[in-house]
Amino acid sequence: MKAVKILNGNQTIAEAARQINPDVVAAYPITPSTAIVETIAQFKADGMISSEFVCPESEHSAMSVCIGAAAAGGRVMTATSSQGLALMWEMLYIAAGLRLPVVAAIVNRALSAPINIHGDHSDTMGARDSGWIQIYSENCQEAYDNFIQAFRIGEHLDVRTPVLVGLDGFIISHSAEPVLIEDDREVRSFIGEFKPVFPLLDTSRKITVGPIDFTDYYFEHKRSQIEGIENSPRVIEEVGREYGQKFGRFYGFFEEYRMDDAETAIVVMSSAAGTGKDAIDELRSEGLRIGLLKPRVFRPFPHEKIAEALKKIKAVAVLDRASSPGAFGAPLFTEIRSALYDYGQRPKIVNYVYGLGGRDINVEHFKEVAAKLQKIAETGKVEEMLGYLNLRE
Amino acid sequence: MAKLKDLAQMEDRLVAGHGMCLGCGIPLIFKIILRATEDPLIIANATGCLEVCTTIFPRTAWNVSWIHSAFENAASTIAGVEAMYKALKNKGKIPADKKIKFLGVGGDGGTYDIGLQALSGAVERGHEFVYVCYDNNVYANTGGQRSSATPLGASATTAPSGSKSPGKIQGRKDLAQIMVAHKIPYVAQASPHRWQDLYNKAKKAFEAVGPAFLNVLCLCPTEWKYDESKGIKLAQLAADTCVWPLYEVENGRYKINYKPKQKKPVLEWLESQGRFRHLFKEENAWIIEKIQQDVDRDWEWLTRLAEISSRP
Repeated sequence: MKAVKILNGNQTIAEAARQINPDVVAAYPITPSTAIVETIAQFKADGMISSEFVCPESEHSAMSVCIGAAAAGGRVMTATSSQGLALMWEMLYIAAGLRLPVVAAIVNRALSAPINIHGDHSDTMGARDSGWIQIYSENCQEAYDNFIQAFRIGEHLDVRTPVLVGLDGFIISHSAEPVLIEDDREVRSFIGEFKPVFPLLDTSRKITVGPIDFTDYYFEHKRSQIEGIENSPRVIEEVGREYGQKFGRFYGFFEEYRMDDAETAIVVMSSAAGTGKDAIDELRSEGLRIGLLKPRVFRPFPHEKIAEALKKIKAVAVLDRASSPGAFGAPLFTEIRSALYDYGQRPKIVNYVYGLGGRDINVEHFKEVAAKLQKIAETGKVEEMLGYLNLRE
Repeated sequence: MAKLKDLAQMEDRLVAGHGMCLGCGIPLIFKIILRATEDPLIIANATGCLEVCTTIFPRTAWNVSWIHSAFENAASTIAGVEAMYKALKNKGKIPADKKIKFLGVGGDGGTYDIGLQALSGAVERGHEFVYVCYDNNVYANTGGQRSSATPLGASATTAPSGSKSPGKIQGRKDLAQIMVAHKIPYVAQASPHRWQDLYNKAKKAFEAVGPAFLNVLCLCPTEWKYDESKGIKLAQLAADTCVWPLYEVENGRYKINYKPKQKKPVLEWLESQGRFRHLFKEENAWIIEKIQQDVDRDWEWLTRLAEISSRP
C-alpha cells in the first residue's frame, strides 16, 4: 500500500532500494551517505530484500563489484559521496564505457581539501564528463522519484548508460520530510524485469568484455557510447511522463517556477531551489517579475530546452554549488551560457558560486541576487559576471 | 593423476593467435590451469601482458567468458560477477544445479602492488573464486619496471643498476604468506616446469570451498634477459635453488611439494639471467651473499612450517 512516511533522504533512497530489490548492491560507507548502506544491510539482515549485499573494502572496489555484477547480467546499485565518488572516478568511466546501467545514489558532499562533510556539488560535477547520466533532486520526494526512474532510464536498450541521482548532503540526506512511498508492487511493475545484454553468466555464449582498442577502433566505440547518452533525452521524457501517469508526479528536464511573465530569472539546482522558490514568492509579492528555473537533468544537458526557456528573459543569474577553478564560470553557468550563444535574443547572464562546504544559502541571498538582476535588466549592463554568495572576502 | 595425453585432448580455453612474446610463461601456465576444471568458467583479468596480448579488438584468444575492467581490480570485478551469480541463483534465474567457476588473474604488478587491497578485500569477504597471480617479478607490460615482487639485486627500469646502484635494494614481498594470513582454504606456489603439480594445485583451488590463491612463477625472457629456449630449465633452477619453493597451504597446513636433493647455490640462478649481470662486479658481492642468506632463511622457515603442519 502506498503511504506517506516521515523519512530523511538516506532512508528514502534505502526505501526505494528495498522496493526495487536490485540483484546486487555493492557500497562502502561514507558520510553523509552511510545510512543508505546501513539501512540496505539491515533490510538484507531482516530478509526484506533478496539482493546480494556486498560490502567492499573501498569505493573503488564497490564500483568494480558493480561493474563485474552488471556485466554478469543483472540489476545493480551503489551509493556514495564526495571522496568515495572521487575514488570511483576511474571506474565511473569504465562503467559508462562498457555500457553497464549501474545506478548510484550520490549524496552530494564537498571534496577535500580542506576536508568537509557537508553538501555541495563538487563531487558529481567532477564526474560530469564520465559518461554518466546525472539527475539532481530538490527534496526527499524527488530523490525517491528520481531514483526509481533512474533504473528505467539507464537500463533502456537504446541508452544502456549508468545513472547517478544526486541529493544534497545533510540538507536532504539527514532532513526528515513526509515522503509518499508508492506501493511496492506498483514500483516493481514500473521498473519491470531487468533485460541482460550479452551477460557473462550466459556461459553458452562466450564473450570477451573490455578488450583493448587501439587507434583503429577506440574512437568509434566512444562515439557509440556517446550515442547511448544522446538517445537518453527521449527516454528521460517518456519515463518522466509514464511515472507521472502512474504516480501523479510528472518529471521533465527542469522545473520552471513562476517563469511565465518573468523579466529576470535565477537558475539553481537541488535543495537550494526550495529556498529559492520561497524567495521568488516574496519578491513576486513585492511586485518583481522574477522566476526560477531548476535543472533536474544535468547530463545529458537539455541545452535547447533551457535556452528556449531563458531566451526572452532580460537577466539571468546561474547559481552553482561547485567551482571550476580557472574556468570561465562554474559548470552550470558555462553550460547555460553556451546554450544561449546561438540565440539572437538572449539574456544578460551572471554566475554566483554559493554554498561550498555546506555554507547556508537563505532567502536574503536570493533577494541580493534578484536586486542585482533587476539592475542589470534596467541598465542592460553587467558589472560583475562571476561572483560568490554569502562569502567573506 | 592427470595424463598429459588426456589434457592435450581437452579444448583450449586460451587459444593460439595471442601476441605474447616467444618463450613467455603466461600461455604455458594458463593452458594448464584452465584445464583443471571442466565447469563453465568466467575470468576477470587485470590490465597487463595477458590482457593486452589476448584481446586486441576485434580479435580475442579467449574461448571462455572473460572481462577486463582495470588494473587494480581483477579481484573485485570477479567478486561482482560471483555476487551476481549467487543473486540470480537465489532468485531462481539461474538453475540451481548450474555450476560456474570464477577466476581472477593478474601479474605481480596487478596483484602484489596496485591490486593487493582489492584481492585482500575479496578473499576476506569469502567470494567463491580462484585468483592466479602470474609472477614474473616485474611490470613487463610497461617495459620492465620494479614491482614489490622484483627480487633483491635485479635491475629494473625504475630500479636500475648503475655506478651508484646495485639494482633493486629491497627484497620481495611474500605474497603467498600474506594470502595464508587471510586464512583461506587453499594457497599454493607453483611453477610451469612441474605441470602435474601446477595442474593438481589448480584443481584443488577450483574445488576449494571459499577463495583460493595460486602464485605461479612466470618466465619472462624479455625482462629477465635469457635465451628463451631455456625457460623450463630456468624454472627448474628456481626450484632447485629454493628461490621459488613449490608448496601449498591447505586449511592452514603447509606442505612442501618439491625438495631438491641437493640445494643449488643461488649463484647459478643469478648467472643465468641478464637482469642480475651487474651483481658480478666486485662491489656488489655483498648482494649475492645477502640473496643466499635470504633464500636460506626463507627455506628454513618454510621447512619448519611444513614440519609443524605434519604433526598430528
